[in-house]
Amino acid sequence: MTETPFLINEGNTPAKGLSTQGIQIMSAMPTDTCGDPGTEVSHEKPGYTLCPWVDDFMETPAGQVPQIKTKLTARDWISTVQVRCGINRHRYTVAPGLYAAGRPHAGSEVLVTANFKLTFDHLRTQLADINAWILVLDTKGVNVWCAAGKGTFSTRELVHRIQASDLEERVDHKRVILPQLGATGVSAKAVKDLSGFRVVYGPVRASDLPRFLKNNRKADPDMRQVTFDFRERIILTPVEVQIILKPALITALVLFVISGMGPGIFSFGSAWTRGCTALAALAAGILSGAVVTPVLLPFIPVKEFALKGIISGSIIGIPLIVHLSGSGISFAPGLALFLFILVISSFLAMNFTGTTPFTSPSGVEKEMKRYIPAQLICLVLSSGLWIYGAF
Amino acid sequence: MKNFRHYEEVATLTLDLEKCVGCTLCTQVCPHQVFEMDDHKARIVDFNACMECGACVNNCPTQALNVTPGVG
Repeated sequence: MTETPFLINEGNTPAKGLSTQGIQIMSAMPTDTCGDPGTEVSHEKPGYTLCPWVDDFMETPAGQVPQIKTKLTARDWISTVQVRCGINRHRYTVAPGLYAAGRPHAGSEVLVTANFKLTFDHLRTQLADINAWILVLDTKGVNVWCAAGKGTFSTRELVHRIQASDLEERVDHKRVILPQLGATGVSAKAVKDLSGFRVVYGPVRASDLPRFLKNNRKADPDMRQVTFDFRERIILTPVEVQIILKPALITALVLFVISGMGPGIFSFGSAWTRGCTALAALAAGILSGAVVTPVLLPFIPVKEFALKGIISGSIIGIPLIVHLSGSGISFAPGLALFLFILVISSFLAMNFTGTTPFTSPSGVEKEMKRYIPAQLICLVLSSGLWIYGAF
Repeated sequence: MKNFRHYEEVATLTLDLEKCVGCTLCTQVCPHQVFEMDDHKARIVDFNACMECGACVNNCPTQALNVTPGVG
């Protein structure tokens, strides 16, 4: 007999924690508010906090590897929205090193990625039914393509990370799968020479990974093609606006100062009233150059971004100026505001070339040489007309 | 991506067919399908789609490809 001495057993039925004498003991105790200690293994360590995307740890011959969750939690979604708005964008990282999706074994694939949490989330959410190793490179919290361009998603970092995470001892093959866009920073041949591992370029998007792996690591042509659709463009606009907030604030201050200039040298009254009108023009220019132009990019039928900005700036600027002239603004200041909207919109649209996935540095240089002088002339002209309008 | 085009004839991409060994890596890494294989050699089929990202140059095992994008 193995029952505990406090349990009164009737007949030969094993005790379940309930006695026939009206005494409840052990787990069925109704007055116990201390909580159930549970059976889950705690991964707590003094001085550390467990990353919320880590589910468990698995033992391997070369040590413990964190197993990641393949579903996003509400917390992940909230921080994704914040990062997309530019909040904490530069400190959104995952610790570099080796992770496990599912229960990988020595024959499982090794998927390489960047340590920007948004990138890491894109990858892990595609791995619900896949057992694979994830090797996170230290890209200083930058996505794969940008990091490859900046030299942090690099041959050197990949070789270092392969060695630092003892990859040779964990897998019985010599193959790592890289996102295709990592190729800008990596030389497959150099990686092979330095680490012995062969680089296989996977698809551009993590969402194609399951199909790529099912295809025996062959990419279909559509997996190799970068896209820039409506959704991809619109999701970028909050950060476009956030980046220019600081220069916009400085510009606004300058606008108030210029607006105060007039016959009496400087008037605080007109600095405020005319300043607010100029501020509306600045807002229109920002809306046009950093939101409307990016979103409508392929529908504005010219190649040059600066010109695209001028077109969308006109479409937004004309109704605004017509409205202002209805409330008594004269020709010179009206023209000043219109030119100002065009300059801001054109410049910000040109700035968006840095975000697009299809402009070449040579092309951008050509466009800047062509349009920056014109933008500067218009800016000077606009300021002159605006001050002249005060007299 | 065919409806996303910037200036034509500005890219600095060059391909030295003499050096090309037909490994196909450039056709794999190019995000804009600038290359195709033609009789075991790479061929530039869409020069104006090149954004000078350097992926092909970095991975070409024989330095057959080159881009000099400058500072942009």
